[in-house]
Order: sequence, then structure tokens, then C-alpha cells
Amino acid sequence: MASFKSYIRERFFPHIWCPGCGHGTVLKGLITAIEELQLHKNDIVVVSGIGCSSRISGYVDFHSLHTLHGRALAFATGVKLSKPELRVIVPMGDGDALAIGGNHFIHAARRNIDMTAIVMNNRIYGMTGGQYSPLSGYGVGATTAPYGNIDHDFDVAELSKAAGASFVARTTTYHVMQMVEVLKKAITHKGFAVVEVLSQCPTYFGRKNKMGEAADMMEWFKNHTTPIGSAAKQKDPALIERGIFVQQEKPEYCSEYDKIIARAMGGRA
Amino acid sequence: MSGELRFVQGNEACVEAALYAGLQFYAGYPITPSTEIAEHLAYRLPQIGGKFIQMEDEIASICAIIGASLTGHKVMTATSGPGFSLMQEGLGYAIMTEIPCVIVDVQRGGPSTGLPTGPSQGDVYQARWGVHGDHAIIALTASNHQDVFEMTVHAFNMAETYRTPVILLFDEVIGHMRERLMLPEKGEIAVVDRLRTSVRAGVDYHPYLPREDGRLPMSDFGGEHRYNVTGLFHDMWGFPSDNPGVVHGLLRHLVDKISNNVEAITRYREYHLEDARTVLISYGCSARSALHVVQNRRARGERVGLLELQSIWPFPYALVEEKCAGARHIVVVEMNMGQVIRAVKRAVHNPERVTLANRIDGNFITPTDIKNILRLIEGRGV
Repeated sequence: MASFKSYIRERFFPHIWCPGCGHGTVLKGLITAIEELQLHKNDIVVVSGIGCSSRISGYVDFHSLHTLHGRALAFATGVKLSKPELRVIVPMGDGDALAIGGNHFIHAARRNIDMTAIVMNNRIYGMTGGQYSPLSGYGVGATTAPYGNIDHDFDVAELSKAAGASFVARTTTYHVMQMVEVLKKAITHKGFAVVEVLSQCPTYFGRKNKMGEAADMMEWFKNHTTPIGSAAKQKDPALIERGIFVQQEKPEYCSEYDKIIARAMGGRA
Repeated sequence: MSGELRFVQGNEACVEAALYAGLQFYAGYPITPSTEIAEHLAYRLPQIGGKFIQMEDEIASICAIIGASLTGHKVMTATSGPGFSLMQEGLGYAIMTEIPCVIVDVQRGGPSTGLPTGPSQGDVYQARWGVHGDHAIIALTASNHQDVFEMTVHAFNMAETYRTPVILLFDEVIGHMRERLMLPEKGEIAVVDRLRTSVRAGVDYHPYLPREDGRLPMSDFGGEHRYNVTGLFHDMWGFPSDNPGVVHGLLRHLVDKISNNVEAITRYREYHLEDARTVLISYGCSARSALHVVQNRRARGERVGLLELQSIWPFPYALVEEKCAGARHIVVVEMNMGQVIRAVKRAVHNPERVTLANRIDGNFITPTDIKNILRLIEGRGV
């Protein structure tokens, strides 16, 4: 494998992530997936929003677009539809993707436009200092939930499925090999692909919820997740399933639009 | 003009002009009174291999066109007041990242949902200051369909020249009214193409390093140069920076590139200003009634003239001062509670002689409305 450095913009470093943050593991997983797929750097556009996770776009040596909070998928839609030959990868945080960006998320999924949405889910707003997100879950602690959170969380996989995404998967920063395999399949999938990566934020989520150090939080991912449909899940329904939930062929938006162009041109295309 | 004659709505004139200027990508969300722009482009764009997409809201619409501009395409979105409010976030992003795009605001009565089908010119200051933070903006307008065409092409040209979003501030009357439009032939109106970098592959390209003439050549996403775009303050590489020198330099650049080129951006028409004692200043649909009054009164030998602004921002202070130098009365005709008049008062040497002739009830301002104000000013009663 080529040096990771060849995929990194060293000018950007040191990165902003705290010690123990899971996002660096996602960065390495993403680079590994792209390297193993032998994709050409000029063909890749990474579009991100705002938040700790969104800084990932600047760190990688692809075309990179660091946009507005929650709007990454809307910008990405313009990039992809205007130049469908590009591979568009959209890393987002949980608040970014599903609170302020929730509407864009379900509509991008509904259109089944060909791009890879990565939800780096650490269940907290890290950059602003530890507020609860739509993925925090009932009962957790956060700076804006000093008496415990009464908001229920989304299940990203179920939401994506219902919204029409044609590829849906979940993995964690503990399961790096699986992360790479899932990302490779998501990136090569033609259609809207969602990969949720459970990622640890020891600085805020960990401290607020007495989860221990980064390594303890990764242990938690190991102990509280299970492959989809496993026997363990039958015994303990509270376990979080990981793996590929959906992988299906469906008409993709840009390809469908090409048919519109052919129709509008009346065979002159 | 020697092209094809059409009888169209102003919104359709805008569509024809955008295509003439090289529009290739449109994203939008339905809203009265701008919807016909989306409808026509949904039909027309795929015929030329362009792309149209109806997004989930106006926020997504402006974001999508910015993304499409980065891949090297000329882009546009259209909306009205409520949607324009939602677009302010994306507008600020396009200003900061210097990405060419055109945003049409066919104004209707506000605030809020207001008067969806009623005319108004209440968004003049939203166009100027709707975006948070210091910045400069270009906003153009027109009072008839031939000018809608010309100003739309001018908008695309200014967007490419200065790498900035440009706002077309039309109004419900102009958007929906039907009148003649002579489509210009190709080449009749100059079209500014995207300026692309001549830096070769493998050589460092600085996306935010201006040339000697101040322009910033672009490189399409998907091309040989991979660079970063961010809404954070950034250096010449496009990398985030909070270095005071970088922050100061970028903010000055964003404002100066427009405020140092007011003359090149400014467009206006003048009628009988040479010896006018009463100067009407107007724009958009209101200028039609103002012109009617001027022509009627000139026929009776009265020294009345009209300065019709076609570019509102950056405000042409020097022009307005010069044209009003000999005026005893200056009357700003607009359909709001006094927006452009604020800039006019700053421009002229006798602000106490500036009066507002307006209408804010959702009806089009008529020549009679203006005449009544003139009679009051001239001490002749109503």
C-alpha cells in the first residue's frame, strides 16, 4: 500500500481532533478503502459540513469542499449532478447529518443520487463542547441535558432505509477491517450509500456519561454491537447490529437525468 | 437587436437571457412569483444537455448551484422574499468562497409570507445586508423585458468577472407581466466566460491568489488541481486561517473587488435629466410609472427627468450626486417604505430636498400616485 502521507495534506496538520477521538480512525479507514479500490485522486470530491468530523475533508488530498453546517449533501448534489463522473464522498457528524441536515439527508436518500454519506456518529456536538444530538439517545448526559436527555434518537439505518437509500451499513471504529470493507462497497455502490460509523468522543460524550477513556469506549463498541442477524442479537435485543443492512439496485438519479436529456433532445443526444 | 420577436413574461425573459449567457445548471424550489423561471428551465435545460433539479428547499437550492459552479458550470437559482431569506446562508458562503452564481429574487410583499402575488420592492436591503458579516454585493434590476434580458446577461458576466454571487432583484410586476422581447442574436451582447487557470498539472495552483488585475482564475473540480474550499477565513491555498493578516486581507479583498469597480458594474438609464429641476429616481416596475409621469410632464414643457437605476448595489453614489446636482426636488419612486431613498440621501448634497413617492398596499404604484406627491412638493395641493 502507498504511504498514507500521499493521501494527506500535511500543510493542514496537526489536525484539530482531541487525543483518543475516533475520527482519525475513520480517516485512515477511508484512505485505506480508496487506496485498495485504486481510485484516481482527481476523480474524488469530498464534501463536508461543519463540526469536528467535517474537518476530514481538508486533511485529504482530493478535491475538497468544506461547506455549511448540515448542508454538505445539498452541495454534494450540485457537484454530482453537474459532473456525474466524479465520485462524491460526504463525511458528516451526527448533528450535522441528522439535526440541521436531516431534511437534506432524507431527500438525498430518496433521490438515490450516487454518493457515499458517512455519518461519523459520536452522539454529541463536540466542536461546541458537548451538547446532545439527535443520535445521543434517551437518558444520556450532555451540557444541554444536565438532568438527563429526554430526546429519543434516530436509528440511522432504519431512517436511511425508509428514506430510500439503496445501500445502508453500520460499523464502528473498533471494527476497522469491517469499516474498510463496508466503505469500499459503499463507494463502489451506484446509488445513495449510507455508512454509519460509531466513533468515540472521550472528551465530551465519554466524560459526560462516565464511559472511561477512548480505549474503554472502543471496548464498549466491541461489547455492545453484533453482526446483523447474529444469535447474540436474538438473546440480547439491546445489542446494536453492524454490517450491511441494504444493498440493492435502484434507478440512480444522475443516470435517470441522462434519460431525461435524451428525451428532451429527441434523439439528438 | 435583430433576433426573434417574442411576447413573454419577465420571468421567461430572464430564462432566455440566462441560457444566452451560458446557464448550464439550475436548482430551485417553487415559490410565487418566481416559479415560471423553474418551470421553463426544467423544460429548456435538458434540451441543451444542461441540468435542472428541484431541491427540498431554498437552502439546498443555493448550496446545489454553488457545488455545480465549482465543477465549471454557469449556475442560477430563483426565488422570492421568503426563499431569499433562507438563501442568505448560502449567499454568504458563495461570497466568502468567491464562487460565481446568479440568484434571482422576484420580490413580493413582505415581511414573512406577506403578499405572495402582490408586488413590492421591499428586499433592497435584504439583498445588501441579509448576509451576516461585512461583505459587498452586486444587485441588478430592470423595468422592462428587454432590460431584464440585458441585466440577466450582465449578472452572469459580473459573477464571472468578480467571482461573486450576483442578485437579480426583479419584482412581481416585471416577473408576471407579458410584453415584447426581441431576442438578441448570438454575439450581440458580450458574454464573459469562466476564467480558468493556465497553471499546468503538477505545478502549485493557488485558488485564492489574485492575478495582477485582481481576478482569480478558477480550476474545475475534477480537474488536475486539487484544492480546498471553505467558508472559514482562508489563505491563498484555501486552507483555514485565523492569522490576523490573512483575515484582514481577505475581508478587504472581498469588499474592495466590488467597491473599487462601481463604474464598471453600474448600469442606468436617464430620461430628460439635462435641465431637470425635478429629478425622479426609480428602478424596477416603479420606474415604468415614473417614466410615464416624466414623459407627460415634458410634453407640457415641465423640467422633469428620470434617473432609472439598473444596478442598485454597489450603490452608484457618484452618479446619483452628479445627476442630481442641479435639481430642486429629488423624488425617489419605489414600492416600499423608503429603501433606495436612504442611499440617495447619502449621495446628494441636499438631502433635505429628497422626497419619497411610494405605495405599500400590494398594488402597483400608478402615475397618479406619483403626480399627487409632485403636486404636494410643488405646493400645488393634491
